[in-house]
Amino acid sequence: MIKNEKLSVVSHRKLANRIFEMTLCGELVTEMDQPGQFVHIKVSNGVDPLLRRPISISSINSEKKQFTIIYRSEGQGTALLAAKEGGQEIDVLGPLGNGFSEHEAEPGDTAVLVGGGIGVPPLYELSKRLTGKGVTVIHVLGFQTKDAVFYEEEFKKLGETYIATADGTHGTKGFVTDILEKLTVRMDVIYSCGPGPMLKALEQKYGHKKLFLSLEERMGCGIGACFACVCHTADDPEGVSYKKVCSDGPVFRAGEVLL
Amino acid sequence: MSRLNIELPGLNLKNPVMPASGCFGFGREFSKLYDLNQLGSVMIKATTKEPRFGNPTPRVAETSAGMLNAIGLQNPGLDKVMNEELPWLEQFNLPIIANVAGSREEDYVEVAQTISKAPNVHALELNISCPNVKEGGIAFGTIPEVAKNLTKRVKEVSEVPVYVKLSPNVSNIADMAKAVEDGGADGLTMINTLLGMRIDLKTGKPVLANKSGGLSGPAIKPVAIRMIHEVSQAVSIPIIGMGGIQNAEDVLEYFFAGASAVAVGTANFTDPFVCPKIIEELPVLMDKLGISHISDCRGRSWKTNELFAHNRA
Ligand SMILES: Cc1cc2nc3c(=O)[nH]c(=O)nc-3n(C[C@H](O)[C@H](O)[C@H](O)COP(=O)(O)OP(=O)(O)OC[C@H]3O[C@@H](n4cnc5c(N)ncnc54)[C@H](O)[C@@H]3O)c2cc1C
Ligand SMILES: Cc1cc2nc3c(=O)[nH]c(=O)nc-3n(C[C@H](O)[C@H](O)[C@H](O)COP(=O)(O)O)c2cc1C
Ligand code: FES
Repeated sequence: MIKNEKLSVVSHRKLANRIFEMTLCGELVTEMDQPGQFVHIKVSNGVDPLLRRPISISSINSEKKQFTIIYRSEGQGTALLAAKEGGQEIDVLGPLGNGFSEHEAEPGDTAVLVGGGIGVPPLYELSKRLTGKGVTVIHVLGFQTKDAVFYEEEFKKLGETYIATADGTHGTKGFVTDILEKLTVRMDVIYSCGPGPMLKALEQKYGHKKLFLSLEERMGCGIGACFACVCHTADDPEGVSYKKVCSDGPVFRAGEVLL
Repeated sequence: MSRLNIELPGLNLKNPVMPASGCFGFGREFSKLYDLNQLGSVMIKATTKEPRFGNPTPRVAETSAGMLNAIGLQNPGLDKVMNEELPWLEQFNLPIIANVAGSREEDYVEVAQTISKAPNVHALELNISCPNVKEGGIAFGTIPEVAKNLTKRVKEVSEVPVYVKLSPNVSNIADMAKAVEDGGADGLTMINTLLGMRIDLKTGKPVLANKSGGLSGPAIKPVAIRMIHEVSQAVSIPIIGMGGIQNAEDVLEYFFAGASAVAVGTANFTDPFVCPKIIEELPVLMDKLGISHISDCRGRSWKTNELFAHNRA
């Protein structure tokens, strides 16, 4: 169930250039059941900015009633979030949307998790759950540059991890797709989250496989009421059928919606 | 709770607070969060004859204390609203206000005729003011004579009272209001969004795919208040006021300006529980200000002081 609650900031630290990790605590965590869901955060107490900010859930600790988000300080809203301190309260609506189904991978399968930039965070909880049930997980993560890389060690603890940077300052120079092309492993399931062009490239090359994509779109309500975040379905690209990224997604099966 | 009940043409409201059209869908999402029976009414998403996809994304942008939207009247079309959405809403004890839109006069007439027959639709809200569609919508809302004729045509076929939703994007709002009153409107709803635009600094291009969009939220409240203050003195039909309402104080300000009920739009996005919260806050605020019934506040900003002397004792 979707709840609205003031959560307290347990910890908040900088991970990389403009990248922050924040852990929040509250009852709302008991409602979180899927990796890849997101929360809608009110970053200011007033009306500027007016709308909430959608941020993925990166990891969940149900026992402690805590969850973690990782975000990049981009514009006004995330800059305000970055200024929050431990002990402060933050107004959170969530959990929202449909995340990654870990049931799509069977024990013994190999799952490839592909993330780009701030699309990497939700893959962390997914990876923990998949490895926990005996799925072999391989991470392929893309970043702009060395200073933007985060959670490399955390992912390495869960499985093989390959990093690509656009400028070649860390890992392989190029994009995640360059790494994927050289991988010789079985790809039973591919889970991905990242910028639009990355998702498009993945769908083109691996659309025939079991591939899941997590989309981003500008949002109003975040709960499916305002029609801000719609996309066309793939089988009716010019027509009136649609999916809402906030409440039907953000995770879709490849071929379900028009990218 | 009889301090909040309001009687308007077609509408017997337990309280004067309802979600505004387009900001609440058809209620399904919010029904999972709270009991919709608490609301005075629901203004459902604009319905057109055929289903519409609306505009490309991005469809929303932000500005200080406001947001721009260019949804473009996306809706499932008349048949689906009649066969699925309205019957679903029947489980609640709610008089529904159906927002009707179209590109041509015939479309409005057809939708109005059909939708007004739904048992839980107690009034129509004629959307002649959507800034986000290429054809229709806005033309009907800016030329008094055109608006009057459309109102007349719809009145002829509607089985329930007709409210006309006014656009603030006109040079003389009172003229528009008088024209639709002449056309037979039973009430007015105002205001719809103000046309605006934001440009992305990185690309130098408008943020919205549609380029321009409708501004809503707290930023437009003073515009709405001024217009309702003027229109409520120029016509004798009631006004449902909207634009930036976030709390009980805002509701009273609208009543003081001349509104008889209010609708809450954008605030539902920031706080999905805002409508029941306002309904709960209202009596507390009225106690503080010595107001016994909400309708006593109507038009206080322009009525003569003596009329209200008993309230200030
Ligand atoms: C489902 C979902 C999950 C996300 N998860 C994460 C995450 O885990 N970590 C992270 O760093 N970022 C995430 N994002 C992106 C994040 O929402 C934006 O970076 C953030 O909203 C930017 O806000 P701002 O005020 O700093 O930037 P501004 O550019 O000032 O924002 C202006 C407006 O545009 C919207 N906006 C800007 N960029 C985006 C975007 N990429 N997606 C959607 N709306 C945007 C804002 O919400 C705001 O309404 C996610 C987005 C979605 C839709
Ligand atoms: C996302 C969005 C969608 C809207 N859709 C409609 C609509 O379908 N029909 C309509 O008459 N008004 C529509 N409106 C206008 C609102 O009903 C309301 O008149 C306006 O937003 C001002 O109120 P507010 O500031 O409380 O949002 C929409 C507004 C928003 C923000
Ligand atoms: S953000 Fe409102 S419908 Fe998705």
